[in-house]
Amino acid sequence: MATHHSRSAARMMMAPAVIVLLGWMLIPLTMTLYFSFKKYLPLRGGDLGWTGFDNYTRFISSSAFLPSVQATLIIVGGVLVITVVLGVLLALLLDQPMWGQGIVRVLVIAPFFVMPTVSGLVWKNMFMDPVNGLLAHLWKFFGATPVEWLSHASLQSIIMITSWQWLPFATLILLTAIQSLDREQLEAAEMDGAPPLKRFTYIILPHLSRAIAVVILIQTIFLLSIFAEIFVTTAGSFGTRTLTYLIYQRVLESQNVGLGSAGGVYAIILANIVAIFLMRIVGKSLDT
Amino acid sequence: MGRIVLDKVSKSFGTTEVIPPLDLTIEEGEFAVFVGPSGCGKSTLLRLIAGLEDVSGGVVKINGEDATAVPPAKRGLAMVFQSYALYPHMSVRKNIAFPLRMAKLDKSEIKQRVEDAASVLNLTDYLDRRPGQLSGGQRQRVAIGRAIVREPEAFLFDEPLSNLDAALRVGMRLEISELHKRLATTMIYVTHDQVEAMTMADKIVVLQAGVIEQVGSPLELYRSPRNKFVAGFIGSPKMNLLEGSEAARYNAHTIGIRPEHLTVSTDGNGWQGVVGVSEHLGSDTFLHVQCDDFEPTLTVRADGELDLDYGARVSITPDLNHLHLFDHDGQRIG
Ligand SMILES: Nc1ncnc2c1ncn2[C@@H]1O[C@H](COP(=O)(O)OP(=O)(O)OP(=O)(O)O)[C@@H](O)[C@H]1O
Ligand SMILES: [Mg+2]
Repeated sequence: MATHHSRSAARMMMAPAVIVLLGWMLIPLTMTLYFSFKKYLPLRGGDLGWTGFDNYTRFISSSAFLPSVQATLIIVGGVLVITVVLGVLLALLLDQPMWGQGIVRVLVIAPFFVMPTVSGLVWKNMFMDPVNGLLAHLWKFFGATPVEWLSHASLQSIIMITSWQWLPFATLILLTAIQSLDREQLEAAEMDGAPPLKRFTYIILPHLSRAIAVVILIQTIFLLSIFAEIFVTTAGSFGTRTLTYLIYQRVLESQNVGLGSAGGVYAIILANIVAIFLMRIVGKSLDT
Repeated sequence: MGRIVLDKVSKSFGTTEVIPPLDLTIEEGEFAVFVGPSGCGKSTLLRLIAGLEDVSGGVVKINGEDATAVPPAKRGLAMVFQSYALYPHMSVRKNIAFPLRMAKLDKSEIKQRVEDAASVLNLTDYLDRRPGQLSGGQRQRVAIGRAIVREPEAFLFDEPLSNLDAALRVGMRLEISELHKRLATTMIYVTHDQVEAMTMADKIVVLQAGVIEQVGSPLELYRSPRNKFVAGFIGSPKMNLLEGSEAARYNAHTIGIRPEHLTVSTDGNGWQGVVGVSEHLGSDTFLHVQCDDFEPTLTVRADGELDLDYGARVSITPDLNHLHLFDHDGQRIG
């Protein structure tokens, strides 16, 4: 794209994609902003005119707001920690030469192909059910009282289900990163007298830092908006009401579009704060 | 310290035997070079000595002690890899200090040793850079620095210069030789470049397909190669090898004569031939001569100032004192 001519040609050919993308992003954003300044109750009178920042103050002063932000952050943080730690361990394991490697790798990736709704239901009914669930049977086998997962350890359960879903993604990215590590570096470290654990901390982990950064960034984007897993399991009760879920309840259960839209704007702000924060911590390893 | 003995060491990968049982002794303080064509098992042999690869049979002894089951870190050997294998996320200082940190030396001692090594290798100005910000030759020196700080029993080099350009290679060759003279530590050096082997080695080990063809000093190998393979491999340009009726005159299957032991003249009664390409190096000229009586072209070393045109007729006389004779199996007979 050196010449003036080819540059303008490129611009013209990229235009449709850019316009579609802009529309895709701008229309919902504008509509959210528009409704957030309105009193709009579809079943109770419809559009009742402008209200200024009323929706914003009401959303933030609701007793459900802070707990929902907290729940969101706990779920995102918990899933990130679990998937990254287990992902690194699994990737190390899968990198070892072993019998049936191909099949094992496919099995590890499999959960990623299960739809969130399905995996939520499978976990709820087949694993976590306090009467018939597999975990309940396991607990009983050891003579313990089965845990009522979704009501007594609700956040942990959601974190567990979501981690199970996202672990394959983390593992896959980290595995390819491990495979790109120059074997001679490990051998050099071995000759330099580094035992396996030191080789991991001094050679493998720094090599993985970039991949870990990518995993964290991508997962955060998706995890901030998880919904199906909560919808089909606890339906937002027992302290699992995330910001996304709260917005859903405001719009569809309370039929208050204006209030929900204001929540949506807060969600955008929260996502950006988290993103900036992460970029600060994690982005550094992306530069080098 | 630093005597390495291989006793009937062999190595197979699965069912393919890469190195049949071989015996080899590398004396203390010696500069030994493993040389051979690509894929002949040089790196494998070096890795067996380093302990990065398990032997399939035989015993590796270091300083008289059986080291076959000793892990690489405990063998007291330092290795310089072909790819340098520097740690990309650590500064040069940390790279060089790494083996010392692993050995849990105290901070001031580490600092001292790293700075000593850096000044020996002219790296003092680069200590705070990352490997990615260095040139190939500098990276090479960092890799050597990382090896020398440990004060090992022996150094193992696996084709350390093959990624450098020709001029730098000559320079680094000298530096490594000098380092060897200064440290007087055993060094084992793998290369497929016979010039490196000839210029650096106290002892050359010529390998082919995992088998040791000959062990000896550079001049021994040059003067009396034990077989046709060594004859063709050592010396640059290559020895001329002739078969057929010329060889039969000396009761041999093959005769060999080095380019420097042939004399070219315009009016003699040696082998008659036509000059093909001539390569002028300044100090010497290498002529490729197609003789009338036999097929292979002869390479002849002549005076640098000699100017013969393409297609000129010449006569070539071999120096019979330097004629190498080989039998049917390629073994030396005289
Ligand atoms: N891990 C391995 N598995 C199977 N075969 C191997 C393995 N490593 C090396 N080989 C084989 O062993 C032989 C010797 O390999 P080696 O790396 O020692 O050659 P080399 O002499 O160092 O060659 P080069 O000069 O190209 O580096 C080769 O034929 C190679 O294919
Ligand atoms: Mg090699």
